Amino acid sequence: MGNNTELLAASGAETAAQIAAGEVSAAEVLDFWLARAAGDGLNGYLWQADRDSALSGVADSGGPLAGAPIAIKDIFCTEGVPTTAASKILSGYVPPYTATAVGHLRAAGMPMLGKTNMDEFAMGSSNENSAFGACLNPWDTGRVPGGSSGGSAAVVAGGLAPWSLGTDTGGSIRQPAGFCGIVGLKPTYGAISRFGMIAFASSLDQCGPLTRDVTDAALLLAALQGRDEMDSTSVGIEGGIEAPSAERLDGLTFGVPRDLMREGIEAGVLARFEDTLIRIAELGGEIVDIELPHAEHAISAYYVLAPAEASTNLSRYDGVRYGLRASDEDLLSMYEVTREEGFGPEVKRRIMLGTYALSSGYYDAYYGGAQRVRTRIVEDFQDAFGQVDFVVTPTSPTVAFELGEKTADPWSMYLSDIFTVPISLAGVPAISIPAGLAEPEGGGPELPVGFQIAAPAFAEQKLLEAAHALEGAIGFDGSAALEGGLA
Amino acid sequence: MSTEYEAVIGLEIHVQLSTKTKMFCGCELSFGDDANVHTCPVCLALPGVLPAPNRTAFEYALKIGAALDCELSSFNSFDRKNYFYPDNPKAYQITQAVNPFAVNGKLGEVRIHHAHLEEDAAKTIHTGGAGRIQGSDASLVDFNRGGTPLVEIVTEPDLHSGAQVREWGQLLRATIKQLGVSDVNMEEGSLRCDANVSIRPAGSSELGTKTEMKNMNSFRFIERGIDAEIARQKALVEAGEPVVQETLHFDPSTGELHSLRSKEEAHDYRYLPEPDLVPVVPTQAMLDEARNSLPELPAARAARYEEIGVSEQAALLLSFETDWAEYFEGVLAAKKGVDPRVAANWVTGELSAELRKQDEQPLAETKVEPAALATLIGLVAEKKISHGAGKTVLEEMVASGADPETVVADKGLEQISDSGELEKIVIQAIEDNPKPSEQVRSGNEKAIGALVGAVMKATQGRADGGEVNRLLRQHLGL
Repeated sequence: MGNNTELLAASGAETAAQIAAGEVSAAEVLDFWLARAAGDGLNGYLWQADRDSALSGVADSGGPLAGAPIAIKDIFCTEGVPTTAASKILSGYVPPYTATAVGHLRAAGMPMLGKTNMDEFAMGSSNENSAFGACLNPWDTGRVPGGSSGGSAAVVAGGLAPWSLGTDTGGSIRQPAGFCGIVGLKPTYGAISRFGMIAFASSLDQCGPLTRDVTDAALLLAALQGRDEMDSTSVGIEGGIEAPSAERLDGLTFGVPRDLMREGIEAGVLARFEDTLIRIAELGGEIVDIELPHAEHAISAYYVLAPAEASTNLSRYDGVRYGLRASDEDLLSMYEVTREEGFGPEVKRRIMLGTYALSSGYYDAYYGGAQRVRTRIVEDFQDAFGQVDFVVTPTSPTVAFELGEKTADPWSMYLSDIFTVPISLAGVPAISIPAGLAEPEGGGPELPVGFQIAAPAFAEQKLLEAAHALEGAIGFDGSAALEGGLA
Repeated sequence: MSTEYEAVIGLEIHVQLSTKTKMFCGCELSFGDDANVHTCPVCLALPGVLPAPNRTAFEYALKIGAALDCELSSFNSFDRKNYFYPDNPKAYQITQAVNPFAVNGKLGEVRIHHAHLEEDAAKTIHTGGAGRIQGSDASLVDFNRGGTPLVEIVTEPDLHSGAQVREWGQLLRATIKQLGVSDVNMEEGSLRCDANVSIRPAGSSELGTKTEMKNMNSFRFIERGIDAEIARQKALVEAGEPVVQETLHFDPSTGELHSLRSKEEAHDYRYLPEPDLVPVVPTQAMLDEARNSLPELPAARAARYEEIGVSEQAALLLSFETDWAEYFEGVLAAKKGVDPRVAANWVTGELSAELRKQDEQPLAETKVEPAALATLIGLVAEKKISHGAGKTVLEEMVASGADPETVVADKGLEQISDSGELEKIVIQAIEDNPKPSEQVRSGNEKAIGALVGAVMKATQGRADGGEVNRLLRQHLGL
């Protein structure tokens, strides 16, 4: 059966279960979601699938998630489907192959609904750096959905997709999940293949799910994870991933890095964070203060390392083989004019930062120094996980900010990732779950607040169990935003 | 008194490995196929792709490291070398800038600084103009070669002349060829050599300003190019002018050196560790295999041949080409008491020349069995036939695979052993050739050659050269 209200309310897992039970057909489900996506009022989609090609070869595959459609961040290469990374330089580019992660979802039987908006080449924390226009937050369309996976978060929160795939380099899944009131999981570096994921900062990029609840995140991770011969940095998660069932946190310790939280956090965000610590204690968990002595330098180190890698990763967009070629006057002008016209201002800023940091004579001071900080941060987390099971922080210091609020001040934009970046540098997994609503500092309607939980490398199952128990105790209801996605 | 100068030369040699597939993807390696047929998203550097290292390339590289007597590294890592050019689709080359697979080796008298693995660039073809990008109508890129595994071998500056570079380069090429890990064909570009050249007053230990000579495609050209550059630098220094650090191209057709770029135009490659590849740690078994699988290498083989009396030149020729060495050893094994020096000369001299003369026959296809050649060498050594007749027999053997003794009998080539008969022919030759005879009598001994030739012609080569000489001198009153 399944009327529209039920389909909209269903999580990804529930949708797949309804299809498997024969209550609704994969085609009906896809039709419903394609119709929702067609009404996109958030600029969440850059491309939407047509019904027949989306269904072909997947919905009747017998895969565990057969027929449950998913939105894919436009950073994943998809054979025959435009893939732009929200950059003008790849406008109209159609890859001849499909990313391993997307291939896994297809193998699980999942139709692709469409490709979602993002910050250009995943560089940004607000989705305002898209060459194809900003994406809006379904809770308040005057505000950003976060970034860089802003489209992937907005379409799930706004009822334009049951779940989605994003990528996280310094917080690009967790921060938009927090801003949009959904769950976002960044797995351990190496858990999921990066093959076919357009690179921003290769040593940090990792893909992961954005979902309505923790169970959905677990199911997608189970389908996505694994060693891939095409990605020599991938290892997969030993033993795989199962749907979480924990309801208590007895015997588990949660470390709070208070030193990192001394300033710059909105009162409402802090209040929801403290509420959540109380929920943890109520479930039998223990709260412990911990130190991450070098984490305060994480943003500085990150903004050397990530741009350095980006500056070389983005050098291939030269107008020679694919994408934009803005001039063919001669070789130098082909390079210069193409890159001048093809890249947006934030991408150019990071290419220049990274190029400078790697230049002869500066390498050791900048790149070398940042690498040493990264090593210290890795050690900080190893020490912390010697004392506690999890490290918890707010996902972001603020709730979703207004469109245009931080675009003129890159540093304040960068600081919105202050709690997510250290975890990325450490390479460990972390999840953001909704911790309730809070009023923004300048006043206005209440907006979602994210609660971040980090675990030791490859301890995703343990992380998902804890998040599942806490999610039940918080009882967040995001349904208010579900109609916010339609124009 | 003018200052004596010494040239100081270091080499960077690129060796394309002959693996089945490319360094970081599954595309087949090829030479001479249609353009851009051996490509995939990885070697075209499409968005989103990642490199996956080729294990065989590592095994081949380790063999080269072992053959160059290097320490094989137990920790390999890769770096990105950044530069923009259409033949470099990622705009960075994956190379080993920090932790190469082999360090501190030696081949012959030249020390090896290190050897590292990297990927080859694609091939650019500039149409119209002079074949260079400047002034061309269009530039085309063939990505078939892009991503071919390359080993770069970097020597210490231990070489001092063009000739020494040529000889050492030939030894290096022969050594790698015997490992079976590369075609080492300079014309096809599977072996390429750059040279860093500087000069200094003889006896000084300081290094002068160096120039780099790029991509010379034969060791003869390298020898000429280096000698031209040494001469150019000497002329500059003697005129009191400085040598400028620059990259040069040697044009073998004109003998001229052209500057490609100066130090100011040099790239800043902005190296960084390749984040897409984890470090490669070869197992002890892989390292052992690399050392234990080495065949007898040319330097050792040449030394062994020289020890048994083979001339230095023949020993080098034989040890540089495994099939010739095996043939030579077959000759030695076929006949007890055959003089290795004589046998080596027959193999590298007469047999090689005759094969070349008869349709460029490859040694592998010759009808002349090593045992048959051994028999022929024996006939000459025992003076049953003359050396000249031996060559006639060999000609027939190469053509038909005939047995040497049969050829000697059929053609009546037995040496004239009756010295009375030979003496008559000698006297007749002196009478028939009064001019050279007179020249010899009046002191020009070189003219005797014409008379020897006349006797050989009359005897169809059946006379012993030494005996002919003796008789001629006797009758000319020397």
